[in-house]
Order: sequence, then C-alpha cells, then structure tokens
Amino acid sequence: MARSVTTQRKLIFTIIGWSIGFLIFFPILWTFLTSFKTEGTAVATPPQFLFFDWTLENYHEVQSRSDYGKHVMNSIVISVGSTLLGLVLAIPAAWAMAFSPTKHTKDILMWMLSTKMMPSVGVLVPLYLIFRDWGLLDSRLGLVAVLTMINLPIIVWMLYTYFKEIPGEILEAARMDGASLMKEIIYVLTPMAIPGIASTMLLNIILAWNEAFWTLNLTAANAAPLTAFIASYSSPEGLFWAKLSAASTMAIAPILIMGWFSQKQLVRGLTFGAVK
Amino acid sequence: MATLQTRATARIMMSPAVILLFLWMIVPLVMTLYFSFLRYNLLMPGTEEYVGFLNYQYFLTDPAFFTALGNTLLLVGGTLLITVIGGILLAIVLDQPFWGQGIVRLLVIAPFFVMPTVSALVWKNMLMHPVNGLFAWIARSFGFQPVDWFAQVPLFSIILIVAWQWLPFATLILLTALQSLDGEQIEAAEMDGAGPISRFIYLVLPHLARAITVVILIQTIFLLSVFAEILVTTNGGPGLQTTNIAYLIYSQALLQFDVGGASAGGIVAVILANIVAFFLIRLIGKNLER
Repeated sequence: MARSVTTQRKLIFTIIGWSIGFLIFFPILWTFLTSFKTEGTAVATPPQFLFFDWTLENYHEVQSRSDYGKHVMNSIVISVGSTLLGLVLAIPAAWAMAFSPTKHTKDILMWMLSTKMMPSVGVLVPLYLIFRDWGLLDSRLGLVAVLTMINLPIIVWMLYTYFKEIPGEILEAARMDGASLMKEIIYVLTPMAIPGIASTMLLNIILAWNEAFWTLNLTAANAAPLTAFIASYSSPEGLFWAKLSAASTMAIAPILIMGWFSQKQLVRGLTFGAVK
Repeated sequence: MATLQTRATARIMMSPAVILLFLWMIVPLVMTLYFSFLRYNLLMPGTEEYVGFLNYQYFLTDPAFFTALGNTLLLVGGTLLITVIGGILLAIVLDQPFWGQGIVRLLVIAPFFVMPTVSALVWKNMLMHPVNGLFAWIARSFGFQPVDWFAQVPLFSIILIVAWQWLPFATLILLTALQSLDGEQIEAAEMDGAGPISRFIYLVLPHLARAITVVILIQTIFLLSVFAEILVTTNGGPGLQTTNIAYLIYSQALLQFDVGGASAGGIVAVILANIVAFFLIRLIGKNLER
C-alpha cells in the first residue's frame, strides 16, 4: 500500500517538475527552433512548432556576415583572456591567504568582496575617459583588463574556499621532508588544487562571456564580443527573427553547455561561500 | 625565521592582486568624485570649472531622478518578489524525488547562462511582440485581446525578463540550502502530526532564512545595475518609464556628454549600492568566522 502511494506521489511530481522545467526552458527552446525556420515561418500565425521545413540557411547567413567570426573571436579572447589573467593574479593571492593566514586575511577578503559591490555606472565616466585618452576604447586589451578586475574578487574568493579545503597536514609533512616552497607548490598542492582551479575558471569564463555593461559601453565595431553583436539586432531594421535566433543560439550554446557542467560550483562561486 | 620568511613570501604573493584591485577601485572613484564637483561637458571642452555641489543639486532635484529611483526600486523589488517566491516553490518541487529530476534541474537553471542581450531580444520580439509574438497568439487563442507588452506595461515587461534570468539563481541556492535540511527532523514533525503547511512554516522556512537573505542581497546588488536589458529593448522609454538609475547615468554620460552631472549621479548610485553591500558584507563576514 505504502509503495503505491510513493509511486503515485512520484508520478505527480514528475508531471509538475517537467511542466515547470519545460515552461522555464521554453524561451531557449523556442529560439533554437526558430533558428531553423525561414523568416516567413518565424513570424507565422499560428506559430509553427515542429512541422516546418527545417533550414540551415540562417546559420549560413549569419556566419557569412563577414564580421561574425570576429565577434566570436572577440568573445573567446575576452572571456578566456580575462579569466586566465585573473587566475594568474588570484592563485598566488588565494594561496597565501589560505595557507599563511594573518590577522588581516579576513579583512582583505572582505575588502575584495566590497569592490565587487561598486556599481559599474559609478565609474563609467572616468573609465570611459581613461580608455579614450589611452586609446583603449574598442580594443580587446582594454576589455580584458576591465573584465579581469571585475571578476578578480570572485576568482580570489572561489579559489580561497577551495584551497581552504586542502588539509594543512599534507603541507607540514612536505615541509618536514625538506621541500622548498616552490617544490611544495608544484608537487604537493597543485595536483590537489586543480579541480578547484578548473571550476573557478569555468564559472568565470561564463560570467565574462555574458558580461553586458562594459562590453556594450566600451566597444564599437572592432572589439565587440557577441553580447554587443546580438545587441545590434535590436535596431528596427534588424528584426529578422530567424537570423536573430540563429545568432543567439550560436552565442549561448557553448556557454550553456559549460554552465550545465559547472552547476555544482555555481552556488559556491556566486554566494562567496555563504551557501555551500 | 621560517615563518617570517613565509609571511614575507605570502605578502609578495598577495600584493599584485591587492594593489591592482586597490587601484581599480580607488582611481576611478576619486576621479568620479572629482568630476562631480566640476562643470564638465565633453561637447564644451575647456570650460571646466569648480561648481561645488551644483551637479548634485541638479541631479537630485531633477524629476527624472525620482522617476528613475522609483523605477529602480520597482525593478529590484518586483524581480525579488518573483524570484524569491518562485525560487522557494521551485526548490521544493526539485527537492522531491521524481523521474528525470537531473534533466529538469538543467532545464531550470539554463536561463542563467543566457547572455542578457539575447534574453531581452528573444523575449521582446519572439514572445512579447503584440502581433506575431507567442503570447499574443496564446491570448487570441483564448479569445483575449493581446497585451502590447512594451507599450502598455514596459517596466513590468522588463521585470519579467530579468526575473526569468534570475529565477535559476534563486532556485539553485535555495535548493542547495533545502538539501542540507535534516530529513529526520521533517519525519519527526510528520509523526507528530504536523501537516505540510505547518512543516513548511515552522521547519523549512526558518531553515531557508539565511539562504533567502543571501539571495536577496546578492540579487539586489546585480539588479540595481540592470542595464543591457533596458538598452536593447526600450532605451529607457517610452518617456522615462523604464529608465533606472544606471540607465539615467549612462544617458547623461554617453548620450549627453555631461561628465559632471553623470559623475554626481554615479556617486549617488555608489552610495545606494553601499547601503545594500554593508549588510551583505556583514552576513558573509559572520559566515567566515564559523
């Protein structure tokens, strides 16, 4: 008897769960489907869900816009570049804070977090002027620098929470055996820290890929990543739904897949360890 | 001796990150503060002069500021309301055992990874379009007059889009917190005859209180500076109906080239964000001690 009750309950929640999941995911699914339609079918009433003539023409056309490849490249360079640069700065810092904490470590961590609270608009004007004067407007280099600084606190924090979990006894044992600091880092700690570093990297590439304040304000034609490229579809003459969908699908698909892989780290990264 | 050396090494290892972050924070902020006391328009170079608090006076007494402040509060409040309540309900559903749970979880968190410009444009055009949009078709199928979303309820439309983007975040965090709830406690309450509603109010909700606070604070910080969604859908319009503080400052700086005025606005935005940040930092700081 009890068995049948749980099965029934499970069935009900399966229906509820899948319906909600479908509804929330629907805009993405709809974008995906529309990307295979002709412009005519895309705006048809009643909407065509599955039974239309599937075409790859939109992908073809979006890609043949000579600058599409450039925007993809920009997105990759900016998100990966800023993440790697951030890691180079953050790994030693998080390392030091996790393994040789002083009484100021906590204050430094909290201060780093507080820089993240600064609204971007608060520093838009000076940054824009600095970029203009240094010739960094619309350059990948400038964006890499800005996104590195924006995500640095998150990178340090995430790494710190991961490094904290590495047991200190292992370090002591290595030190007893006469390992120098460099050896200790390369042979003992790095292998244990790699999973944490990898998830930090993943989450930060996602954040940088989707960043849409600085990428929109500091770029024009040359360094514009996909966020800005998609924004160009907002002009009234650019309202081609099928092409918008194809461009959007290509822009979000790689990052969506990465996001699904990083879902466990997401909570830790975005709450600065406040919820684990 | 060794510890002294380690300590020195630790300091050297930390310094690049700390120094760069310090410069990144302090230089632009000081510049903003400095500009905010100047009459400074990029279209009239050479006319910069000290004007005291005039920029603040203009910014804070401008009716546009109050409209933008109101819109900002509505946008943050509305989005929080939808995402927190929706997130709790979703987290409870996802916490139940059912077939395909893992896949549904992936579907639910997906919107978080969609870049703001894509979600805004997809919602605005393909879902909310008053003639060809999917919502219009659904409304007509049921015999209703379709809503012209961005003309009739522009701010609410943006709230819906932003809420869709942030619902996964709230859900995921609340779900993580829910999963750490002691199952035995629930069972004990069940044995004692507590119904699902009283179990929710007296056990689940108090357990989630901390996670809810974290969701509210972190989302508030991000929601205070919603920008891309407004830029690609309404440009702050019609009129000022969807202009929030972030967009108002942007338009003052990069559309009207009023550096002084925009800087004063920027400082106001920093102060507003800091009020929220103060509480968040204290909360996380407490957690760090445990």
